[in-house]
Amino acid sequence: MSLIETSSKMAPGLADAVFDSQRVFRLVLDAMARPGRSVALDLDLDPPAPLDPMTAAACLALVDFETPLWLDVQGAAADYLHFHCGCPMAARPGEAAFAVITDAAAMPELGAFSQGSDEAPETSATLLIQAQGLAEGEGLRLTGPGIENEVRIRIDGLPPGFWDRWADNHALFPRGVDALIVADGRVVGLPRTTRVED
Amino acid sequence: MYVAVKGGERAIANSHRLLDEARRGNPAVPELSLEQISEQLGLAVDRVMTEGSLYDRELAALAIKQARGDLIEAIFLLRAYRTTLPRLAVTEPIETSDMAVRRRISATFKDLPGGQVLGPTFDYTHRLLDFGLADTGGDAPEAEEGNPETLNGPVPRVLEILNHEGLIQREEKGEHREPSGDLTRESIAFPAERDVRLQNLARGDEGFLLAMGYSTQRGFGGNHPFAGEIRMGEVSVEIVPEELGFPIEIGEITVTECESINQFKGSAKEPPQFTRGYGLTFGHCERKAIAMALVDRALRCHELGEDATAPAQDEEFVLMHSDNVEASGFLQHLKLPHYVDFQGELVLIRNLRAEAEAKARAEEAEAKEKATADAAREAAE
Amino acid sequence: MSPLDILAAPDIEERRQWMGTLAKASPDRLDEFWQDLAEKPDYRCLKGPEIGLAMVRGRAGGTGAPFNMGEMSVTRCVVQIVDGQLGYACVAGRSQRHAELAAVFDALLQDDDRRAALKETIISSLDREWRNRRAKRSAKAASTKVEFFTMVRGD
Repeated sequence: MSLIETSSKMAPGLADAVFDSQRVFRLVLDAMARPGRSVALDLDLDPPAPLDPMTAAACLALVDFETPLWLDVQGAAADYLHFHCGCPMAARPGEAAFAVITDAAAMPELGAFSQGSDEAPETSATLLIQAQGLAEGEGLRLTGPGIENEVRIRIDGLPPGFWDRWADNHALFPRGVDALIVADGRVVGLPRTTRVED
Repeated sequence: MYVAVKGGERAIANSHRLLDEARRGNPAVPELSLEQISEQLGLAVDRVMTEGSLYDRELAALAIKQARGDLIEAIFLLRAYRTTLPRLAVTEPIETSDMAVRRRISATFKDLPGGQVLGPTFDYTHRLLDFGLADTGGDAPEAEEGNPETLNGPVPRVLEILNHEGLIQREEKGEHREPSGDLTRESIAFPAERDVRLQNLARGDEGFLLAMGYSTQRGFGGNHPFAGEIRMGEVSVEIVPEELGFPIEIGEITVTECESINQFKGSAKEPPQFTRGYGLTFGHCERKAIAMALVDRALRCHELGEDATAPAQDEEFVLMHSDNVEASGFLQHLKLPHYVDFQGELVLIRNLRAEAEAKARAEEAEAKEKATADAAREAAE
Repeated sequence: MSPLDILAAPDIEERRQWMGTLAKASPDRLDEFWQDLAEKPDYRCLKGPEIGLAMVRGRAGGTGAPFNMGEMSVTRCVVQIVDGQLGYACVAGRSQRHAELAAVFDALLQDDDRRAALKETIISSLDREWRNRRAKRSAKAASTKVEFFTMVRGD
């Protein structure tokens, strides 16, 4: 079946393509500017499982024809984003500008995604990782640009060894991926500049 | 260095209003419509679309109206507008071989398949002012109609004739699924590939390319060009939408194409043969297309093993200075306040002047002293 | 990757033809056909109509490797007939009405019950009108074709 056929049963995208995208963009900007602090937005969005509405909203605002997208699932969720974003779908994680990870426990290594180059660090991938849950004010200690002293956050459902890999990613600066962690309809920014310790 | 200076808001707002009034001119004269610009100043629209790098007649006409006929300003407006729109597709390469030609000439072969079709051209006009045009309201002139069958179907390409004989450089088709270099996404790096050079020239300033092309004709990197073929007409544009996966036609655009044939005596790398340059523009921009072909050919010196000795062969010189939006932006920024810069210069010049004057005075005093001493010695003798 | 294979539509070549015809039609003309349409279907826009750009590519030397020559404005729309087919349109220019109606007609033309009639009325008319416009253009150009003749030199 072609994409356009499957879309006959397709859930709608953002109600107002311009203004909703702007609101979501602003939200993601805030999340990235203040790492470790979760933000949320009221959005009437009902994407197919296993997409969190926040993940879907971020994709609809950020992903387009010029940014290949990689998803760890096929089927309705992939078709939904493919259709509404009008983006090319990356066959391998390394080819993606944006990646959606719905099953964090089974996610590829961070190094599998584009790290950018020293000349063009902005070409690295941005990962949208759906975690199991978030708790602020406890857990890991985050420091770095955008954080006055430190913030603490606990993120459930990430694979073992994730934070060691994150330390490697941080050390690559100016290269390295950026991440947006999504759980419970909220999103937390984790740019490559953020240092994370136990 | 630029310094924020406050206090000009009211003057600026009033300047905008004055500009609006000046744009409208005498209100007793009827206002121009976009249709009038598009229909009756069509070649201005074509130039603005080509160098504004956006094919949209209505927007180009609007830009010309807003810019009061300043075409470089209009090009700037169009370039600025295009940055606000998302890119939805990259088209399949247009096939100019399939063009529905309205003009097609060759300066290299008299009798050629498809014939010489003059189309609407200034070439055979006498460049005498036509005072008849000063009167408006006359009947619209109507062209003759010939046999449309004459131009039914694709017109063969002139350069293919030489290609069959193996006497001209071949154009390698390349893998068209590979993304071409795109100046709007990545800034230019040297040495530049031909796809990037052609994109740069296609949006480059007509006046600049004209001068560069002319310089090659006058001997600065001379490459003896012939207008192998010039064609203008409509081509179909196709895209392959992500949603469908097969190509569909989205419309037609008018383009002008020039293929130059250039003499080449051979080098250590290549045997003697004809070489080629290529020009392609939106709309009917013939002078630009020819100039572009000449400059494209000049810039191919490296691949042919020629010495790059002339300005038109200097890739960085040509490609970094061809864009009139960049050039005019940098030039016109000179109008911005440079008060502190200039204060620094002023202090510097005053100091240098003071030093120079002090030095001159000292030298003068020394010379006077020496003269007095010499006179005293002479008197003593 | 989502499969992007054959559509259920009649056949791709046939669909490509009518999509091209709809894209080249004038928005006003499409609107007239829409007004004249006896059974107007209810439909919703799944995407757009949205205005954007397509990067136009040329070929070096006209036949060689592709390069980006500049962009053109385009308008895209995807519609769904209620309880029915999906229609797609991407058309040159910035007329949202053009893209929307082209998408609606594309959807209706995929309906086996309506295709034949729509092709006969709308598509064939639009196609004929376009051919006439093109023939007129070509005829005027043809009148400027040079007929060389050789002067015979008298001895």
